[in-house]
Amino acid sequence: MDGVEMPEPAAVRVHDLVKTYPARRGRRGAPATPAVRASDGVSLTVRHGEVFGLLGPNGAGKTTLVRQLTGLLRPDSGRVDVLGHDLVRHPRRAARLLAYLGQESTALDELTVALAAETTGRLRGLDAAAARRESGEVLEELGLGAIASRPLKRLSGGQRRLACVAAALVGERPLLVLDEPTAGMDPVARRAVWAAVDRRRAERGATVILVTHNVIEAELVLDRVAVMDRGRAVACGTPAGLKAMVGEDVRLELVWRDRPPLEVPEVAALRPDAAETGRRWTLRLPPEEARAAVAAVTGGPAFAALDDFTLAMPSLEDVYLALGGHTEGLVKV
Amino acid sequence: MARTRQETAEAVGAAEAAGAGEEAQETGAAPLAPGARLWPALGAVYRAQLSRARVARIPLLFVATFQSVGIMVLMRGVVDGGPGEEARAVVAGSSVLVVAFVALNLLAQYFGQLRASGGLDHYATLPVPPAAVVLGTAGAYASFTVPGTAVTAVTGCLLYGLPLDGLWLLAAVVPLAGAALAGLGAALGLLAPRQELATLCGQLGMSAALLLGVLPAGGLPEPVRLLRDLLPSTYGVEALAAVLGPRPYWDRVALDLGVCAAVGAVALAAAAWAYRRAAVR
Repeated sequence: MDGVEMPEPAAVRVHDLVKTYPARRGRRGAPATPAVRASDGVSLTVRHGEVFGLLGPNGAGKTTLVRQLTGLLRPDSGRVDVLGHDLVRHPRRAARLLAYLGQESTALDELTVALAAETTGRLRGLDAAAARRESGEVLEELGLGAIASRPLKRLSGGQRRLACVAAALVGERPLLVLDEPTAGMDPVARRAVWAAVDRRRAERGATVILVTHNVIEAELVLDRVAVMDRGRAVACGTPAGLKAMVGEDVRLELVWRDRPPLEVPEVAALRPDAAETGRRWTLRLPPEEARAAVAAVTGGPAFAALDDFTLAMPSLEDVYLALGGHTEGLVKV
Repeated sequence: MARTRQETAEAVGAAEAAGAGEEAQETGAAPLAPGARLWPALGAVYRAQLSRARVARIPLLFVATFQSVGIMVLMRGVVDGGPGEEARAVVAGSSVLVVAFVALNLLAQYFGQLRASGGLDHYATLPVPPAAVVLGTAGAYASFTVPGTAVTAVTGCLLYGLPLDGLWLLAAVVPLAGAALAGLGAALGLLAPRQELATLCGQLGMSAALLLGVLPAGGLPEPVRLLRDLLPSTYGVEALAAVLGPRPYWDRVALDLGVCAAVGAVALAAAAWAYRRAAVR
């Protein structure tokens, strides 16, 4: 598509976006919920041709944000510019600029994989022959050829998700907005999805916005990532840049057989710094302290009580925890 | 009417596209991909829905048909055969009941479920006219009632000794009553605040079509007769009942079918409006 190569560097520009879900009165069986500010002044810029991630815990406002990017939800205030179009003023243009993969597949569940992809292509404006050809190509590309004639609802969760990805990719668009595209997929399917996404970026200059929970995947495929928390983008940068923000601390995880050997003084000394979940302790420590701790638990009497341990370099998960740490229930060490 | 609306919508869409094109030239905005046009999109939705119906809805079509045949068998015990008013009302009412079951009840449930589960997002993020989704789906549900309605009507005519030569009118009754009931079902499903309410409305609508459709209007008390007049399926029943008799008043039949068509156009327009409202919040 010609429109992809533009002098303008930003593909998507979101400025001070605010969306509040109104409070709900309680009904029988459903408790009252207070008003929720799901987007609380979000601002971010996605550049042309990059794979941009939105990372954050449940309820951080990721899906609310992408629903405003796709014209499904009208913001209370703020601006959304997609490829030079003001989507707050013209929400219906979104469908002609981008392809969206939502979390639900109910609209396609009873169709066969091939018909789901082909029909979506037709509704994206392709003529019958082009829709059939493109859907065939995409199914081949994602390795769905063998199950093309099976209805989505008879497939496993991962296969169904893959079929929805196929539907989203039929009918080319310069922007792809994918909400947890690889949820429930096996590694083969995940690789197929990332290869397909990357091909659209490399060969056609597509821009990709990706919502994800999976920090490992995020580090592998994202050019830049925004960490979302409570409706705000609390940090934005390359995965490496964000990891540098948390400093040099490494993560040490200790799993005890049944209880931690607190009679060992070195172990007792680690406890105040540890986040405990069951038998697992998670610690974030400077490298030399981590080495000393590993020596203490693997050398002395504590070793008998140790079931497993891992020492890891900082990951996006640590960024996520360090920056999102003011949310109750998230661990900040 | 729907056609006119669509032409207006397409004209507006074209104007908007042209405007967007100019804006694109001025600001370097990306060109907009062409949207899907009404009829091809409607065809694609219709085809997809019909294929889905084939897989998922056949057992329900059997239920609908058996229900109607069962009612006719039961009523045969108290209604005499021959072209009397009662026999014609029972056969016509039972036949149109199949349409009400599928087009009103099942469609209300389908759209209610689609809306509750977020499935509408799929269509809402595709450049497809709302009327294409609503009409394509409603059309598929209505066509899906054809075999059940035909089987019911033929069985009824044989059971009550009525002439079969009036049944060609089903070719008009099914699409027109189907449009009215499917439009109503789609609007109910899309407007009901909760999925359970959509299901409830669909069920109540079908029960009304059952109770008020299979009895001749003559024997009903005044308030019930008013209620019967409010139900769009009634006009389909009346038209079909008339042609099962010896000398139908064709003006009356045409009027009844006209009411069906008008209600259908209004209901489908309302459903398209409800769809747009439900899709973008």
